[in-house]
Amino acid sequence: MHLDHTHSGPAAVSADAHRPDGARRALRIGLGGPVGSGKTATVAALCRALRDELSLAVVTNDIYTREDAAFLLREAVLPPERITAVETGACPHTAIRDDISANLEAVEDLEDEVGPLDLILVESGGDNLTATFSKGLVDAQIFVIDVAGGDDIPRKGGPGVTTADLLVVNKTDLAPYVGSDLTRMAADAKAQRAELPVVFQSLRTEDGVADVAAWVRERLAAWTV
Amino acid sequence: MSRAALLVLADGRFPAGGHAHSGGAEAAVRAGRITDAAHLEDFCRGRLHTAGLVAGALAAAAVLGVDVRELDAAADARTPSPALRTAARRLGRQLLRAARASWPASELDALAREFPKGAHQPVVLGLAARAAGLGPDDAAYCAAYESVSGPATATVRLLSLDPFDATGVLARLAPAMDSVADRAVAAARRAAAEGVDALPAASGPLLEVGAEWHAAWPVRLFAS
Amino acid sequence: MDGVTTTGVRAHARIAARADGRGGTLLPVLDGAGPLALRRVRSTGAEARVMVVGAMSGPLGGDRLALSASVAEGARLHVGSAAATIALPGQTGDEARYDVRLDVAEGAELHWLPEQLISAGGSDLYVTTRAELAAGAGLVLREEQVLGRAGEEPGRLTSRLTVRVAGRTVLDQELSCGPGAPGGWDGPAVLAGHRAVGQLVVVRPEFAERPVQAQALGECAVLIPLAGPAALVSAVAPDALRLRGLLDEARSLLAA
Repeated sequence: MHLDHTHSGPAAVSADAHRPDGARRALRIGLGGPVGSGKTATVAALCRALRDELSLAVVTNDIYTREDAAFLLREAVLPPERITAVETGACPHTAIRDDISANLEAVEDLEDEVGPLDLILVESGGDNLTATFSKGLVDAQIFVIDVAGGDDIPRKGGPGVTTADLLVVNKTDLAPYVGSDLTRMAADAKAQRAELPVVFQSLRTEDGVADVAAWVRERLAAWTV
Repeated sequence: MSRAALLVLADGRFPAGGHAHSGGAEAAVRAGRITDAAHLEDFCRGRLHTAGLVAGALAAAAVLGVDVRELDAAADARTPSPALRTAARRLGRQLLRAARASWPASELDALAREFPKGAHQPVVLGLAARAAGLGPDDAAYCAAYESVSGPATATVRLLSLDPFDATGVLARLAPAMDSVADRAVAAARRAAAEGVDALPAASGPLLEVGAEWHAAWPVRLFAS
Repeated sequence: MDGVTTTGVRAHARIAARADGRGGTLLPVLDGAGPLALRRVRSTGAEARVMVVGAMSGPLGGDRLALSASVAEGARLHVGSAAATIALPGQTGDEARYDVRLDVAEGAELHWLPEQLISAGGSDLYVTTRAELAAGAGLVLREEQVLGRAGEEPGRLTSRLTVRVAGRTVLDQELSCGPGAPGGWDGPAVLAGHRAVGQLVVVRPEFAERPVQAQALGECAVLIPLAGPAALVSAVAPDALRLRGLLDEARSLLAA
């Protein structure tokens, strides 16, 4: 794991686990996935589930608006100073993978301005199945797909489905209506991901985000030891 | 010195945040002033001879060792639009992060300490070029090229312009970029001898007006 | 040295204003030169008013004109002009120069509101305006450039405007347009076919604490806070009349 070492001087360059003052920085978890799969709803539900026990903040990467940030603000899942929108020049995958500089500034500014923080959720704008987060930006990533996007997505794979630390199959309540076979999706995901975890969730049910929240707590426990 | 370091620094994929900025092209497209490759060329030529010249001279002066605080203040005075000053500092901060990872240098660390929220991008560009072992002409070329490559790439996305047409625009601008880089370096040498007032102050009124208009939009593709 | 040479006119006009100690302003220096004749005109209250009157045409190619105004502590000076200045071609085809130098001391105020500068076809003028303000000085400065007389192609015009407050440059901008100017000057980044361009600079000590809010004034003008105790209105318009309308609207917004 990360060795302890102290810094003096300017802000860290990239994925350093410590802040310039030597304190451990917040755990950063990325949430990616196709348009409409429920990333923002999952972020909102996670904020509601975790905000009383953790100090957390959110960075959104919208495609061409600040709509995701605006949704989170409207839903009042966190105080406004804990939500930052990064503008991505029409390319969210560039901002979370190829050129992470704006996102790094956003997470650092959040820690400076509202810290100390335990957790920062970095949400990608809806993109395609190949969009993954750079390891220089996040410590773990969640890929969110939904049953209505087609039950063959786990079989098709792609970097998001196969390599994300957690795969979330969202909107399971819709499966009977769109003819998606959850058993087949689970088997395909298992084949693609081996031991990596998969969560099936419906945010329509009470505490629907509980499994994902539990996974986040585990990651956080591992991060802070 | 490695000349190839210039290619690394000038590469559009250098992770310094430029991809999210249109250099004023998004506002000009919305205003109906850029609708095709010919307008794009006219826009880029104007930006090159104004913002590009100033950026090139600031960058070259930083390579020559002119005081960065004075250069940063000179950049403020030459950037009346607060939206553009904010964008320039944000891009400067992002570039500094990438430069420090690429060419570690105590001078870059000192700049990060002095400007925690970012110095103007051309000033950072000059110090990055210096850390990479490049000269004032290299830094000026890099700034001149960035002043037109950003709007050209953005216009491909904004208008679905044929990317070959956009690249053709950049190729046709090459002689103008040569001349702007030469003028920028000459001005930077004067600034090194006489002070930063000798830096060029060329401006495009519609770049400034458009930047403020753009900053007020609720929905846009690019950050500036 | 003032006078007419084979290549053009050399002239340096000077204005100095100082407080009279009784709440008014005196003009110990009011020296016109060459085409720049100066008249004191009636004013009310604490300020002195001066009108620049064109005594002959110009600037013409090859001319070297200068106009300096200094406003001492506590004085208030208003300078206007009787008519637009028209840059015209000279005999030699040389560039003309027109250099304006403004000095405003602490607690003093200058209103510099000349009429338009018109760049006539075939002319070639480089005009510089440099205002040097002490901390606590006030300034209202308007500049308007018009490219060509009605229906005429413009000449070559380069205009640099520099404003310094307490030794720090808060604005330094140069606009170059007309035939022979660097490429793209009439394109979408610079003027886009507009034939009038102007700036209004307002410096007030209280702007350091409470800068103006940036705001668009229509599609082609903007009011912005500078990095210092100053505000700038920058505007382009199809013609001189509409430009003046935009700048007047901005002046009333700023109560300047």
